[in-house]
Amino acid sequence: MSMIQAINSALDVMMERDPDVVVMGEDVGYFGGVFRATAGLQKKYGKNRVFDTPITEIGIIGVAVGMGAYGLRPVPEIQFADYIYPALDQLVSEAARLRYRSAGEFIAPMTVRSPFGGGIFGGQTHSQSPEGIFTHVSGIKTVIPSTPYDAKGLLIAAIEDNDPVIFFEPKRIYNGPFDGHYDRPAKSWAGHPGAMVPEGYYRVPLGQARTVRAGEALTILCYGTMEHVIESTVTEMGVDAEIIDLRTLVPLDIDAIEQSVKKTGRCLIVHEATRTSGFGAELSALVQERCFYHLEAPIERVTGFDTPYPHSLEWAYFPGPVRIREAITKIMRD
Amino acid sequence: MGDRDDSGAGKAGNEQGKRLGEQDARRAGENLAARPGNADLPTVPSGPGEADRADFAAETTSGGGRNLPQLRLHVPEPQFRPGDEADFNHFDIPAAGAARRPDEAADAGTMRELAYDLVRVLDEEGRALGPWDPKLPPETLLRMLRGMALTRAFDARMFRAQRQGKTSFYMKSTGEEAVSIGAAAALASDDMCFPSYRQQGILIARGWPLVDMMNQIYSNKGDRLKGRQLPIMYSAREAGFFSISGNLATQYPQAVGWAMASAARGDTRIAATWCGEGSTAEGDFHSACTFASVYRAPVILNVVNNQWAISSFSGFAGAEATTFAARAIGYGIAGLRIDGNDALAVYAATRWAADRARANHGPTLIEHFTYRTEGHSTSDDPSAYRSADEGSRWPLGDPIARLKQHCIAIGIWDEERQAAMDKELAEQVREAAREAEKNGILGHGLHQPMESMFEDVFEEMPWHLREQQQQMLDEAKAAGL
Repeated sequence: MSMIQAINSALDVMMERDPDVVVMGEDVGYFGGVFRATAGLQKKYGKNRVFDTPITEIGIIGVAVGMGAYGLRPVPEIQFADYIYPALDQLVSEAARLRYRSAGEFIAPMTVRSPFGGGIFGGQTHSQSPEGIFTHVSGIKTVIPSTPYDAKGLLIAAIEDNDPVIFFEPKRIYNGPFDGHYDRPAKSWAGHPGAMVPEGYYRVPLGQARTVRAGEALTILCYGTMEHVIESTVTEMGVDAEIIDLRTLVPLDIDAIEQSVKKTGRCLIVHEATRTSGFGAELSALVQERCFYHLEAPIERVTGFDTPYPHSLEWAYFPGPVRIREAITKIMRD
Repeated sequence: MGDRDDSGAGKAGNEQGKRLGEQDARRAGENLAARPGNADLPTVPSGPGEADRADFAAETTSGGGRNLPQLRLHVPEPQFRPGDEADFNHFDIPAAGAARRPDEAADAGTMRELAYDLVRVLDEEGRALGPWDPKLPPETLLRMLRGMALTRAFDARMFRAQRQGKTSFYMKSTGEEAVSIGAAAALASDDMCFPSYRQQGILIARGWPLVDMMNQIYSNKGDRLKGRQLPIMYSAREAGFFSISGNLATQYPQAVGWAMASAARGDTRIAATWCGEGSTAEGDFHSACTFASVYRAPVILNVVNNQWAISSFSGFAGAEATTFAARAIGYGIAGLRIDGNDALAVYAATRWAADRARANHGPTLIEHFTYRTEGHSTSDDPSAYRSADEGSRWPLGDPIARLKQHCIAIGIWDEERQAAMDKELAEQVREAAREAEKNGILGHGLHQPMESMFEDVFEEMPWHLREQQQQMLDEAKAAGL
């Protein structure tokens, strides 16, 4: 399965299993979503469970909070993560705090799906990676898959979770993994081990990282599209890196990170999002606090630059193989 | 206030509008002349005619030398400020009983005039008149009267508790008790309410324990919300009272979502929500109305127009141009504008909207025209921005006095019984406060355990919260606390 098919399958499985699961968002119903993630669901489950919404992100999330208070398990879609900002008040002030402020009387068991990340010439408003905004909010879980297998298993776990989950889907790898070489032909998921996806129900637990590649030389922390760019670059360089795909940013698998960095003594953090106050800063601080006496080099970060996401200069901006190679070389030299 | 000639209540608005226009021109002139760098500009004459404006424009070469009047920004100004004598004599109040009552199934497009009218049942003598008279049995009337009086007694006691330093904050609903009590009486007890912070009357009408409300206000060890929430931000799931948020109007789309869920499930329950007229300016209001209209959600959208949003008069939410009920028209929703100080009008309108929703005819927006008699909160001093005697001269009177007058007029009540009830309710509230204070008052140590601060952020506490919880306990121990 491709990642899109895996996500569609997760929704199908959960809608079949749990009558409380409802899917809503702009163009998700009859049309099946601008990325086809919800194709066929309305036909199968009816308009009371899969429906198109007006173009208002405040409304989509606000209504989902109310549906959750009623007892449903909504899976709202925000068409692009770049358009989640109008809904921030409902997410930050309401969904994230509802359990806390009502001492558990009301909960917001929703999973907000949203395509995110760059590498598709999406320009400023179809490329952003706003995960750091959500990891900063107490009461929200943030999940980002990097393979079809994880996408399905994590999405099922997210929908079953009783806390609000932001589920960011790296749209660059919806239809195939991306190694960062934008000038080479696009690959499909066919043949990739992460594309072996069971038809039925299974879950990938939230809060557990995945070791993509075991190694001794350095630890690379990443998630989403960057997992594939890093894997390819490390292979090209022949460096014995340990690659950890975090999969869930909150709650974070701190044990996996700590064990790995204590073993390797070196740490590189890679994400597409802008650098300052990005999630990489939190990761860097945690590694520094917990692995200080094991570190043999400064922790490095390769991230998007602190600019809005550019259109024509996309490949100068994107943390691709050139920038990752430089960073690894520097860490290994120190 | 509606500025429409075909609207009874709107005539007052027109008069007001004219006067405001003159005031504005004067103020605009002052502001312009006072701006640094504009000292050489001529002062705009008051009440500028076309000729004046043209001259002004030519002199200042605005509009790139084109012969156009200079644009002026209109900044609304309330009728009365501190020191002004409030005078509502020009206020044209439609007669009780005059508004028509359409069928609950009627198309929203056939009742647009009701969004500019003012549905009133009780007249000046306390008689119930016209097609909106809900013809309630005596026990319901007296239950509503009692609920309103209890709400006011509760407010009085808790306001005093704040002044005595027993809690940090309180908000009264004085003058608006009919809005909550009338609605609660008309809704089924399992209909879901998404209130703002000034509908404490709903909890009281639904028989929620006063001690529980006070425990929340005192943030004491009896507080079910564990001292996490600012006083009055109640949550009472069992009473169908949704957790109150400090963020304005967020409850609006949530109520619509709850109603949509109920409809999608083939349930029979409906939702109701409340916000102030100030909050209608929030984007959530628009999103909620759109969703409610699109999916014909079984929801009642209440706008409590009490004329004031802290220090900003309703003109800053758009009241100079139209009514709040008229917002419904653009969404294709039924809109009613009612006398919010008339408990029978509130009951009747809510009942009409509830029946409409239950019969799958969709949402209703009700503007409750009322007056915020007291300050916005215990942190507010209304004498700093509005005329001191506005409240006492408010032409729609006091909701409790009006229902009392009605009950007396129909021979089921008298002043003696009212006085005895007021005394009894004050004692009931005092007794509840005594009980609640046994659980502690704010800042006197009888609070929830410190470590409870970390619970309920998530269903299960993740490692980073467990670590922080332990760190807090260790720090407290090290400091000898």
